[in-house]
Amino acid sequence: MIQPTADAGPTPAQSLALYERMLLIRRMEEKLSADSAAGVLPGAVHLYIGQEAVAAGVCMQLQETDWITSTHRGHGHFLGKGGDPQAMMAEIWGKKTGICKGMGGSMHVADLTKGILGANGIVGGGLAISVGAAFGEKLSGSGKVAVCFFGDGASNQGVFMECLNVSTLWELPVVFVCEHNHFSEFTRAEQVTAGNIVDRARAFKIHTAVVDGNDVEAVWHAAGTAVALARSGKGPCFIEAETYRIKGHMEFEKELLAGGAYRNQQEIDTWLARDPIASWGGKLTRDGIATPGKLEEIATRVDKIVADAVTFSQNSEPADPELVFDLMFAGQKP
Amino acid sequence: MARRRYTQAINDALFEEMERDPKVIVFGEDVELAIFGDTRGLLARFGHDRIRNTPICEATLTGMAVGAAAAGYRVVLHMMFSNFLYTGFDAIANQMAKLRLMTGGQLELPITIMSGYGGGRSNAAQHSDTPHSLLMNLGGVNVAVPATPADAKGLLKNAIRGRNPTFFMEASGQGATSGEVPEGDYTIAFGKANIARPGRDVTIIAIGTMLRPALAAAQELESQGISAEVLDPRTLVPLDEEAILRSVGKTGRVVIVDEGRDRASAASHIAAVIADEAFESLQAPVKRVTVPNVAMPYAPNAEARVFPSEEHIVKAVTSIARAAA
Repeated sequence: MIQPTADAGPTPAQSLALYERMLLIRRMEEKLSADSAAGVLPGAVHLYIGQEAVAAGVCMQLQETDWITSTHRGHGHFLGKGGDPQAMMAEIWGKKTGICKGMGGSMHVADLTKGILGANGIVGGGLAISVGAAFGEKLSGSGKVAVCFFGDGASNQGVFMECLNVSTLWELPVVFVCEHNHFSEFTRAEQVTAGNIVDRARAFKIHTAVVDGNDVEAVWHAAGTAVALARSGKGPCFIEAETYRIKGHMEFEKELLAGGAYRNQQEIDTWLARDPIASWGGKLTRDGIATPGKLEEIATRVDKIVADAVTFSQNSEPADPELVFDLMFAGQKP
Repeated sequence: MARRRYTQAINDALFEEMERDPKVIVFGEDVELAIFGDTRGLLARFGHDRIRNTPICEATLTGMAVGAAAAGYRVVLHMMFSNFLYTGFDAIANQMAKLRLMTGGQLELPITIMSGYGGGRSNAAQHSDTPHSLLMNLGGVNVAVPATPADAKGLLKNAIRGRNPTFFMEASGQGATSGEVPEGDYTIAFGKANIARPGRDVTIIAIGTMLRPALAAAQELESQGISAEVLDPRTLVPLDEEAILRSVGKTGRVVIVDEGRDRASAASHIAAVIADEAFESLQAPVKRVTVPNVAMPYAPNAEARVFPSEEHIVKAVTSIARAAA
């Protein structure tokens, strides 16, 4: 794991690792997008494309044993925190070898050994779970932190205010990372969100930061500061990362929208021009940290990881339906 | 054996389990002063890291229970009144009841949620609910309904040491009831019904708070020449179907007494199990004594009108069983 260095910029090795992590998330999801279009996935997928800088920038400031909670758009957080691409792909394909044995699927990828408490199908569902994990770690004096990823949509859930209150009151080591991707499912943020989300956190006089969520270096710096503060016992921090959901709320949404629209192509194109991965790659080559050849080498490696994940999934057996009855309870039939 | 009140027995269980395992923590609204008496004295003994008052934010408290359990704690969350479970229901229904399956068994959640339930004291509609069947329907949670001090202690200790989320439903109206409690450490396994009174002619299945009126009814029925067996399931999830079917197999008649609202109640579930599995033993229709499908009213006479009582139970039994000639 990369050690947090809040002040200095990322080292060349860290810079390349950030690039690779973002690209892995992107390429995995491009494959999932294609699989979804081909109709070969059992369920819906909510893609993170365009937001990769947030997951990568934050997670690379964390230790393996730190906790994260994620959202229904959780593949990026899972991979960002070091989750296994093969086990994730197999999970989404509904296979026995999936990280949750095929019982959770896209919206519930979790790996407790990596501190990943799970993606969550309930908007705002991870907030209180991360606060509870932070409470436990505070009591244990372990020095571990919990990071809660959530969106602008979840910031309108009442539980957000409750979590800010109790974590501030008890000085819990939790970092709230609000990914403002401009959409609450199929509704534009400005239609449902009053004021600035960061102001809600500022009301509690905690450390806050607003960053360009498409700039991985900015996210990385903000996360480094926030994680270090939380780890030092000074209580919660809040980061608002402005980014943009390039894909729809979910794949196949065109059919649901039935000709309706909540945004135009021009808006999407504007954000595509600010793609976090292309921007970071461009900066690395301009600054002499990577040659185009080096970036190509990373892409080749990532493509191999994705291809291996696909092969692994394809070669895996379907989930074991009888497990449903074993897994509801520990040591007890349902 | 020692004579303990229901609330004292719960308090004893909490003391003993917190002594036994430093990972047991208690939190909730007003737990430090303990308005029900069940958490009294814990703060002085165990300190603020082990028991603490929370803000009034049930939606967060239930979620925090999940997170703290994931971080290695055995969580006892006190929700005060069962009606307050409703404000904390997302993390109950969507998270703790499902996370073990959704994570492929990675996550174990040793969580005990305590809350008082039931009416009879003019607490009105928002402090009198009996949500057993709502919880039974969730899937991944246990539901314990102790009726006596001894069972309260043993079931609570079993819940706290367990590996699954458990709702420990406190019989609000019975905090002051006394009973004999075994000395020393003991637990009561889930899914083991208790025959509170043996009988021959009819089975009265009495859930939680309903055990007391059921036993009084059995006494009255005895004087009328009807021998009633009173069965206390002690937990609704898991449910001791075997004991229920054994008793019904013997008596052929059954009345189920439940303080829940009638529609889709614990009683209707048990009736369905009996209809499925013991149809040929039945000599009369299965009867339910429950709260009608109304909210609990405030005025004592109005509340008494809908609250299941000894008289209701006697009437239900005599509608299906006659004294031997």
